[in-house]
Amino acid sequence: MGAVPKLELKGVYKSFGSNHVLRGIDIAIEKGKSLVVIGGSGTGKSVMIKSVLGIVHPDKGSIKVDGQETTKLKPRERDFFMKKFGMLFQGGALFDSLAVWENVAFGLIQGKAMDRKEAKNIAIEKLRSVGLSPRVADLFPAELSGGMQKRVGLARAVAASPEIIFFDEPTTGLDPIMADVINDLIVSASKELGATTLSITHDMASARKIADNIAMIYKGQIIWHGPAKDIDHSGNEYVDQFIRGRAEGPIKMET
Amino acid sequence: MSGAEEKTFSMTDGFTGVLQTLGKTTLAFFAAVGRLAQFAGHSIYHCFAPPIFPRLLLRQLINIGFYSLPVVGLTTLFTGMVLALQSYSGFSRFSAEGAIATVVVLSITRELSPVLAGLMVAGRVGASIAAEIGTMRVTEQIDALTTLSTNPFKYLIAPRLIAGTLMLPALVLIGDIIGVFGGYVVSIYSLGFIPENYLHKTWEYLERMDVISGLWKAATFGFIVTLMGCYHGFNSDRGAQGVGAATTNAVVSSSILILISNYFLTQLFFTGK
Repeated sequence: MGAVPKLELKGVYKSFGSNHVLRGIDIAIEKGKSLVVIGGSGTGKSVMIKSVLGIVHPDKGSIKVDGQETTKLKPRERDFFMKKFGMLFQGGALFDSLAVWENVAFGLIQGKAMDRKEAKNIAIEKLRSVGLSPRVADLFPAELSGGMQKRVGLARAVAASPEIIFFDEPTTGLDPIMADVINDLIVSASKELGATTLSITHDMASARKIADNIAMIYKGQIIWHGPAKDIDHSGNEYVDQFIRGRAEGPIKMET
Repeated sequence: MSGAEEKTFSMTDGFTGVLQTLGKTTLAFFAAVGRLAQFAGHSIYHCFAPPIFPRLLLRQLINIGFYSLPVVGLTTLFTGMVLALQSYSGFSRFSAEGAIATVVVLSITRELSPVLAGLMVAGRVGASIAAEIGTMRVTEQIDALTTLSTNPFKYLIAPRLIAGTLMLPALVLIGDIIGVFGGYVVSIYSLGFIPENYLHKTWEYLERMDVISGLWKAATFGFIVTLMGCYHGFNSDRGAQGVGAATTNAVVSSSILILISNYFLTQLFFTGK
């Protein structure tokens, strides 16, 4: 029998009214591996991640972390599980009322009750690891460029040394060079922590760079998954259309 | 089908349509009340359950209390002044100018100071809470709190609710003093009253309950304003329009609730029913 997956979703369904967003998601990620879920806008990628995080409650299905079911956790038990997670949001989601270092150290101060001074030192160190100088620490998020905000978001996601990190469209809205910098940082940060990662993106360059395995989501279901190296000869016409960015094919534009 | 039958048919349709709309509106109303009650219950629980964030609470106490002082002070000052002028012009018709001091102090402490302070704070604080939390909702900052093992109710809602409920009575107490002072200034310098007599009349009929009832009202209004600001911000729809609507709804709903609850609190305090 194989090892217990670090994160496993089985038959996860979620609807908002008549909008059936997730229609039986099945994925499993081994410890220390990186899975990238690709798919177009509105296919259920973000809802899938939010279901794992408990921000959205699935209607049906199982979500296991280290083999333990998390869908029926009480708030306090969930708090314990949340300590295992880190997340980089699409827009950064930095707290604009707090200085950059306070953003990075937030999980350490609030989640782990660390002393502010010690947390600031760690935050400065984390900022340095994503290529930001200590002088950025005392600025506010609104004073930073988009790329810098993303790097601060990454520093915040990894600051509390999480076991599982989620990346929501990590390169969206960035120029190609900055996107590649973020991809490199994601790979190095994940390797350094030995973290398991689940990313969602529609940027194929990013997916190829950070993924061990790739899965494609379409209309709330995983329609293909396999090693990243197999993506170019998946034999799946939906995947082919998506990775080649063709308008013609089985995936039709929503009207 | 004859014309008469068609007419009966369309009238039945119209009646059913009205009933359907009425039913849907009633259901939506009760659903909204239920959601608000659930939100309030959850919020109150987190106001008492540890941990409390003292830094955040202090920030909100200053923001809601200290920074609202100029607005509340000016409002009650001019209200007290107008009240003295209006009472004088009305009471002089039946030679009851002697009651002006009593009218000013009772009106200010029982009604005007708490209600006007509540409405002003609804405009200043309720709107800003809804806009701030609404923006945090649409930019995923509230989701980010959850992922950082921090309960948004504890971090965002509880400090604002506690600060609102504690600071509005403090503002109203200061507003009471400023409002009475406004009436005093106009009565002495503009209407020619004797200071000693005016002050004596001010104290003569003032009872402890007049001030205390105003402070209880203020605490209730402070809770309402911050709760509605938090509720509408927390449930804000996406985009600038969503945040704008949340802000408007917060101010309108808290203003209406202040006026409605004021009636029932007055009935409770002064008729005992």
